[in-house]
Amino acid sequence: MSDRGTLLEKDIRGLDRLELPLGTTDSLARRLWRSAWPKLAAVAMALVVWELVVLSGWQERFVLPPPYEVFETLGELATTDRFWVAIATTLRRAVIGFSVAMGIGTVVGLAVSQSSVFRRAVGSLITGLQTMPSIAWFPLAILLFGLTETAIFFVVLIGAAPSIANGLINGVDHIPPVLLRAGRMLGARGMTAWRHVVLPAALPSYVGGLKQGWAFAWRSLMAGEILVIIAARPSIGVQLQFARELSDSDGLQAFMIVVLIIGILVDIIFGAVERRLRRNRGLVA
Amino acid sequence: MTAAVRVTESARATDRAVEVLGVSKTYGDGHSAVAALEDVSLSIRRGEFVCLVGASGCGKSTLLNLIAGIYRIDKGSIAAKGRVGLMFQEPALFPWLTVERNIETAMRFRKARPDRSRVQELLRIVHLEDFGKSRPHELSGGMQQRTALARTLAQDADILLMDEPFGALDAMTRTVLHDELERIWQEAGLTVIFVTHDVREAVRLGDRVVLLSSRPGRVVDEFDVDLLRPRRLDSPEVTEIAAQVTERLLEQVRSHV
Ligand SMILES: Nc1ncnc2c1ncn2[C@@H]1O[C@H](COP(=O)(O)OP(=O)(O)OP(=O)(O)O)[C@@H](O)[C@H]1O
Ligand SMILES: [Mg+2]
Repeated sequence: MSDRGTLLEKDIRGLDRLELPLGTTDSLARRLWRSAWPKLAAVAMALVVWELVVLSGWQERFVLPPPYEVFETLGELATTDRFWVAIATTLRRAVIGFSVAMGIGTVVGLAVSQSSVFRRAVGSLITGLQTMPSIAWFPLAILLFGLTETAIFFVVLIGAAPSIANGLINGVDHIPPVLLRAGRMLGARGMTAWRHVVLPAALPSYVGGLKQGWAFAWRSLMAGEILVIIAARPSIGVQLQFARELSDSDGLQAFMIVVLIIGILVDIIFGAVERRLRRNRGLVA
Repeated sequence: MTAAVRVTESARATDRAVEVLGVSKTYGDGHSAVAALEDVSLSIRRGEFVCLVGASGCGKSTLLNLIAGIYRIDKGSIAAKGRVGLMFQEPALFPWLTVERNIETAMRFRKARPDRSRVQELLRIVHLEDFGKSRPHELSGGMQQRTALARTLAQDADILLMDEPFGALDAMTRTVLHDELERIWQEAGLTVIFVTHDVREAVRLGDRVVLLSSRPGRVVDEFDVDLLRPRRLDSPEVTEIAAQVTERLLEQVRSHV
């Protein structure tokens, strides 16, 4: 190559370097702290408000105990087997129910996104189901399946699957057509196109659907465990119900905190995955 | 309307790489119908470098998409002999893959084994060797175009269709890539159809410059460019021919205003 060419090339590389993103040099600890402190501050505020309400004397202390008593009770509960068995039972149901919902939601979502007949048949039904409060399904579920775990699974499934299906359908519907054409031009047909173009392009929206599906599944599960009490099967919902019957306000709120924490933890995981996907694709600023 | 015909791998004359015969294309129907192309015929020899110029919206992208077999032809026939690779007007990179992986997909999708050293070579050709691990959204528009160019070259097509590939580049980068493209075209014996708005660029690169009219798009004129290669964008000869082509182009545009 001529001198002129080489010089130009050097210039171009210099220009391009200006565009290299600046590496993020923050340590993991720093980043964790940055995302954690606003949450911790919010929790602290909530505890202060709670304490103030108790101090105002609006309710008797045995009805509305102050935060430290509830956390003390939570600490005591955490040393009992029953507490962990209850959490394990509930989590097992959540995982099974959510997994089945994910399987069915994904299959239905794929079918609707691919076939216009399917879309006309069940497309709006899915959105309809999504707006229906899942607790309204329990009377039917109990009639159909009795006071069994199956009744609970049924409602968890019907609560979560529509969101998951819709997430996938929206994801596929909003793929920029030029990406599909690029895939075709590069030789991706049939399954290859699905595996390497359609699914990755729809992934952020699908994970968004999973996140929403999880929220619905968790709500339906709590409602189910309170309504469908299965004898000799401690679960978080059963513990809540017992605590109310025994007017054990400390225990009741301790378990509510457990429900809240589990819900938030799972949401954080889904949220992190979703944010990461979007950031990798330049979908967030 | 007669049935559309598309014959691949069997152009009529042996030295023809692409044969476009009486092709028409209309988008939509009824009141909103847009006649993008009407009765376009064009034949391109194997190994020829043809540049297409024409006003914005005259159907250049449409023609390339038809030749690539991405859109359906309403009328007429197109025969292309050999594997066709199209570089879209938009970079159309896969945003979930790094630059390297984007280039690799062109090999994977054809069931060819992804060849790391070839990927690096292509990155060098488009001067992006430092950006193999970057994501498309981290690149400038021009760098995305260059990535798309590398991905198109990775297809090892015999016929290269390029839709304003250097539109987003600065003058310097563009000059270097003209040299590279010319070298690749000559070494690999490619046939190239190159769409551009820049008449000078068309004259710099093309063996032939084809002028399209707008609404509906038709071939109105052709210019053979018999200048020795390598040419320079700012040489007097290129400037002179570019002036002639521009004049014809202006006549075309004026007749529509
Ligand atoms: N998918 C489409 N649906 C409807 N009309 C279209 C579509 N694609 C292109 N057109 C119309 O067809 C005509 C030709 O479009 P085309 O994109 O081929 O032009 P072009 O010559 O590539 O223009 P430019 O130089 O601006 O890229 C335009 O009038 C445009 O409005
Ligand atoms: Mg165009």
